[in-house]
Amino acid sequence: MTDDTAERVRERVDAVYRADSRRVLATLIRLLGDFDLAEEALHEAFTAAVERWPREGTPANPRAWLVSAGRFKAIDGLRRRARFDASMAELAARLDADPGNAAAWDDEGVEDDRLRLIFTCCHPALPPDAQVALTLREVCGLTTEEIARAFLTAAPTVAQRIVRAKAKIRDAHIPYQVPSRAELPDRLDTVLHVIYLVFNEGYSASSGASLTRPDLSGEAIRMGRLLVEWLPEPEAVGLLALMLLHESRRAARTSPAGELVLLADQDRSLWERDQIAEGSALVKRALSSRQIGPYTLQAAIAAVHAEAPDAAATDWAQIVGLYDVLARADPSPVVELNRAVAVAMRDSPLAGLVLVDAILARGDLAGYHLAHSARADLCRRLGRMAEARVAYERALGLTRQEPERRFLERRLSELRD
Amino acid sequence: MKYLCLICAETVMEQMPEAEAEQHFEEYSQFTEDIRKSGHFIGVNRLEPPHAATTVRVRKGKVSTTDGPFAETKEQLGGYYLIEAKDLNEAIQVASRIPGARIGCVEVRPIAEDSRTLRALGLVAPDTPR
Repeated sequence: MTDDTAERVRERVDAVYRADSRRVLATLIRLLGDFDLAEEALHEAFTAAVERWPREGTPANPRAWLVSAGRFKAIDGLRRRARFDASMAELAARLDADPGNAAAWDDEGVEDDRLRLIFTCCHPALPPDAQVALTLREVCGLTTEEIARAFLTAAPTVAQRIVRAKAKIRDAHIPYQVPSRAELPDRLDTVLHVIYLVFNEGYSASSGASLTRPDLSGEAIRMGRLLVEWLPEPEAVGLLALMLLHESRRAARTSPAGELVLLADQDRSLWERDQIAEGSALVKRALSSRQIGPYTLQAAIAAVHAEAPDAAATDWAQIVGLYDVLARADPSPVVELNRAVAVAMRDSPLAGLVLVDAILARGDLAGYHLAHSARADLCRRLGRMAEARVAYERALGLTRQEPERRFLERRLSELRD
Repeated sequence: MKYLCLICAETVMEQMPEAEAEQHFEEYSQFTEDIRKSGHFIGVNRLEPPHAATTVRVRKGKVSTTDGPFAETKEQLGGYYLIEAKDLNEAIQVASRIPGARIGCVEVRPIAEDSRTLRALGLVAPDTPR
């Protein structure tokens, strides 16, 4: 085997890892009945792939190969440990006797396993912050550090949440299954919330050098599609629409140099028309249901932007109207802030500034960099440069994302000129 | 007359150092044996610690579950069921039908079925292989 070929095989294994490791894990959790055992098995399976694929060639169905190898290694490992602990021998024997549903090792079964995994991670018997952390860890493969950054928490806190959640799943026997039809609507809310958090982490990474992490947003959209296929509740449809419409602007959100480009300045020819078409159709579908929730409303707002041929043609009145409804469905300060920005466009910067200042005066969003950058922008448009400078500096102190930092620094230096 | 003796403590088995736990199990083993002989014994179980608990409430026909044991503020223990269920979901479904769930809450806690506990409490035959 030449170095060149070995290199290519390693690249193939890496590619399979990036694309499929989570799906393999979901199946291994089902087959082995334990998160930690499955994670070890996953690791062993990929180690085996690195050793054997150069000799044997890349398998036709890498996922099935990995599931099989992982399961085998796990049972083997349990047997070795059984010399010291009889319960391991029992477990090994039970796992060996039941090969799981063989047909479920191929594509169809693996999709179901990811649904099982996400519903299990979002079980209501787990505390809410643990649901999110566990899903991000197990379904999406984020590291503890990445999860901690996304939620502005300390990494050891997140790690502890995850350990406790796994212990609860194990000790209380939370089953690894998709909820029954009767239970599904309630269980779905948590899942949607978590998927959206994942999407946002991929869409606008909370820290670090790059503005976006496309693989995570892709993951979130894939999970959204699975849900809509399985349970086309209006809010699930609305969430998928929202994600697609946001995603359609990915190429235009950053300049070739990696600089932030605001919505108003984006080259709309770079927007993905297919995603917009799909997203808009999904919005219509969700709106027609009459169970109109926050995701659907946010998607409707995104659709109004998407349908405008240029920034000047944006129907801000309709957007403000949608925010009015959204504020009733989801009365959060962030919604209020976004509505204020829309009001500024519909009416005047001053009208928007009054609303933003009301939020900040209450003490809300004091630590939210976008509140300060919104204030800064409105002050700048009103010619109140000193106030704009203060607000941009405040925002700069709060953002941990490189492209945003550079954007804010540019605005600040423009003020000085 | 029948009674339920509820054992409450700040430190649970899982938190004890090994030597202490060993002795504790031994004491339970002896006590259980004694009251079996004296005819006082009806049933016994050790519970998994509170982290494994789930609390179920039913209001206006809607079941809500939260992580953890019930908070002992105004709610006081009024009774119990010992049930068989294949997993937590089934246990929650059963628990939600207990009439008390509609007025107060029902804490659903798994029973400890590790071999060490079962042996100590005489819940398996003593010659069951280790």
